[in-house]
Amino acid sequence: MPTSEDFGAIRLTLELATVVTLLLLILGTPIAWWLARTRSRLRSSVGAIVTLPLVLPPTVLGFYLLLLMGPSGFLGHLTQSLGLGLLPFTFPGLVIASTLYSLPFFVQPLQNAFEAIGDRPLEAAATLRASPLDAFFSVAVPLAKPGFVTSSFLSFAHTVGEFGVVLMIGGNIPDKTRVISVQIYNHVEALEYTEAHWLAGGMLAFSFLVLVAMNALKPRQKAAEP
Amino acid sequence: MEETIMKRIVFGLLLLCSASASADEVRVAVAANFAAPMQKIAADFEKDTGHQAVLSFGATGQFYAQIRNGAPFDVLLAADEETPMRLEKDGAAMAGSRFTYAIGKLVLWSPSPGLVDARGAVLEKAGFGHLAIANPRLAPYGAAAMETLTKMNLADKLQSKIVEGENIGQTFQFVATKNAALGFVALSQVTKDGKLESGSAWVVPGKLYTPIRQDAAILSRGRNNPAALALAKYLRGAKAGAIIRSYGYDL
Repeated sequence: MPTSEDFGAIRLTLELATVVTLLLLILGTPIAWWLARTRSRLRSSVGAIVTLPLVLPPTVLGFYLLLLMGPSGFLGHLTQSLGLGLLPFTFPGLVIASTLYSLPFFVQPLQNAFEAIGDRPLEAAATLRASPLDAFFSVAVPLAKPGFVTSSFLSFAHTVGEFGVVLMIGGNIPDKTRVISVQIYNHVEALEYTEAHWLAGGMLAFSFLVLVAMNALKPRQKAAEP
Repeated sequence: MEETIMKRIVFGLLLLCSASASADEVRVAVAANFAAPMQKIAADFEKDTGHQAVLSFGATGQFYAQIRNGAPFDVLLAADEETPMRLEKDGAAMAGSRFTYAIGKLVLWSPSPGLVDARGAVLEKAGFGHLAIANPRLAPYGAAAMETLTKMNLADKLQSKIVEGENIGQTFQFVATKNAALGFVALSQVTKDGKLESGSAWVVPGKLYTPIRQDAAILSRGRNNPAALALAKYLRGAKAGAIIRSYGYDL
């Protein structure tokens, strides 16, 4: 049976994934919109930066975040001068690392959805005197709904399953930074295979259900209009 | 016609088998904390005996799971005593092949000069942010650190300051990047040729923790491998011993 420590890890993981997904909705949406619409020369570079966490090993990302958020790092200087202390080994630190790590999983599907809308609906909105912001919320967002569904569910599931980065900057503190994947690792390393199976099997089933829900919620793509 | 082809194939296969038998290669699973000295020892071993040692570094618990599931290792250099013992009980290691190849020493270390005093009194004052230790449930150095804190009656007082690395390598990283002000790490990580490389340190007296014995065992797969037997012997020799000591381990 799962222990109380396991339940603590489950609660913490769900909290983390929820906060990260909400944060990505706020931060990732403008990035995806900009990437989909811009003609700037910076587009390919920004796109590459957003995609980097997808191709980098989590330990590399975790290690650089540890340096960056540490006392000699840029972010560490910033948070200390703001009186926030240092981020590693804290829940906010995990949130920042996970947001960065899940960024490509959020931005890419949404960017594709925005690109699929094309110029015409927005031009039509403009001729009806909709401001760009109005056009975005009343035309682009509803049309890109499948993209929002995919992006949010993928980021949520990806944060739940994340391991390398949180291991690197977490410090394994119960109820603060010890998420499910770290707890599974602890069980496996301590040869507690029964406990590991409870959590690992649970995570497998959960992730499967999240992806099923994602596919079920996504409206069927209509055939492209000529 | 067909028969000659068959013969050739069989002959070829036989050649392959004998070639791999005389190449005398030993595959070694090495606890991550022993990576640096083992690379040196393996180079000498190759020079002195002609056998080749192929090294894989990792966590001892992971090696256990891999070996139990058929991983192709001949020798295990574990970070603890229990894992080789357990493998022998499981029948996955050769009975009577276990021996202690190194004894780890615990050190309280900080990259900041002057933070750690020569008696570890800095722990009582507790004027620091985070204290890093290895996970006491998984890593022998972590268990030793916890034992030390308990013996000093500081375990409860410092509990809120402790951050855990999953292994002694990550614990070292937490301290080296200054995210934790100080931490209990392996002496082998902070000394070179018997001298502290940087920062300040307190070598924890042996009476405060159970010796961290790192045991080796010949695994079932290496039972008939001359290179595996040779390596086990070589590790106990004077030349390997000198290397092991120079990295801050006891024998």
